[in-house]
Amino acid sequence: MTISIIDIFPALWKGINITITVLIASAIFGYSLAFIAGLCRLSSNPILRGFTTFYVEVFRGTSLIVQLFWLFYALPILFNINLGNEFWAGSLAIGLNYGAYMSEIVRGSILSVAKGQTEAATALNMSRFQRMRLVILPQAVRMMLPEFGNYLIQMLKATSLVSLIGLTDVLYHGDILRSSNLAMAPTIYLIVLLFYFVLALPLIWLTRKAESISKKGVAN
Amino acid sequence: MNNWDWSYFLEAFPFVVTGLKITIGLTFACFLFALVFGFFWVFMRNIPSKIVQWVVVWTMEFIRSTPPLVQLFFLYYAFPMVPGIGVALSPFTSAVLGLGIHFSTYIGEVYRSGIEAVEKGQWEAAKALNFSTREKWFKIILPQAIPPTIPMLGNYLIILFKEVPLASTIGVVGILQLAKDFGAQHFNYLEPLTIVAMLFLVLSYPSALLINKLEQKLNRRFDKNEPTGSKPLSESKGVVS
Repeated sequence: MTISIIDIFPALWKGINITITVLIASAIFGYSLAFIAGLCRLSSNPILRGFTTFYVEVFRGTSLIVQLFWLFYALPILFNINLGNEFWAGSLAIGLNYGAYMSEIVRGSILSVAKGQTEAATALNMSRFQRMRLVILPQAVRMMLPEFGNYLIQMLKATSLVSLIGLTDVLYHGDILRSSNLAMAPTIYLIVLLFYFVLALPLIWLTRKAESISKKGVAN
Repeated sequence: MNNWDWSYFLEAFPFVVTGLKITIGLTFACFLFALVFGFFWVFMRNIPSKIVQWVVVWTMEFIRSTPPLVQLFFLYYAFPMVPGIGVALSPFTSAVLGLGIHFSTYIGEVYRSGIEAVEKGQWEAAKALNFSTREKWFKIILPQAIPPTIPMLGNYLIILFKEVPLASTIGVVGILQLAKDFGAQHFNYLEPLTIVAMLFLVLSYPSALLINKLEQKLNRRFDKNEPTGSKPLSESKGVVS
């Protein structure tokens, strides 16, 4: 059977909703974990801090593909729990991994808000929570935006890994197509790459936008 | 934790560890390739032509924002089929090229940030002293631009190390592939995969600490003490996957 470019496109298109839903789920996991872990690492409770540091260092110190396989193949054996299906294992692995990386961004940004701001908020008799919510975070989040954008592109790239645990994303459909049309492999993979690139374009644009937002109205 | 089996762990460990040679070897091979090829991007971006610059910038953006896994598959499965220039590549070569090129786009940006941080006066001095282009780059600019970027390059080495197991998907038999083989033989992936995770952690965590130390040391050494308008080297330590 010979196929043409016109056939490749719809075949790959079948995987786009998996790629996008995995990306959205991982992003939600990742950003939430980033804030939780980032704030926990700044906590004064040593147990909480120790536990979070452990999480961050383990997930930053090992590679995503290993974590993905571990969650998918090893975790069910260890605790007799199943993450439900490939979708949750994949999204959770990507979310946990990038959450760990991004928690460092959260932590760094909060720490880099000038100390005078905290002091001013204290002087205004704000509670700890108010200080964080009304004074520190609004300034810190702005600084986080560009890096958050970069990591979103990284997460998009990472979603391609879920095809390895059997999720039918764009790459998975590309692989299926290639296995029956070896001679068309260059075109197939080129179109797969284009799919990812087109998905990445709005994220690249968002990241640039975020960069300009974070620079706006800031001295130096 | 009742399913954890130490004897199985001890049985798997020596088997998995033998893959370390390939994993680490591939890491350094990719890194070397990326270090050299990174200069290619710097060179291309310095060509004074709007069209060339546009093409180079978007090529880099394309390579950087598409998954390295697909790039590996392209090189391994598709490149031999490319009419005219296609040759079959071994899994190892495909991985060196694939990950090497992917990371070279990041390394190229690191070089660029280093070069941009070289003070303007140095360029003017090179011109005033009538240095040739070659001399200017090799005697004045690069010796100042590259050493401060060493910690950033080190960070990329560690990131690359964690990307290398991707090569198992095209048949490079590193620690991850050996663990999967061992797990498949014994119908149990728990201990072998845990060993892989431990090996990565044990190797990458101390290296990261070492690079932090190096960074502090170099910061002290290259601190210009006065803000001359040169931007600090980008703090981003992006991850790639």
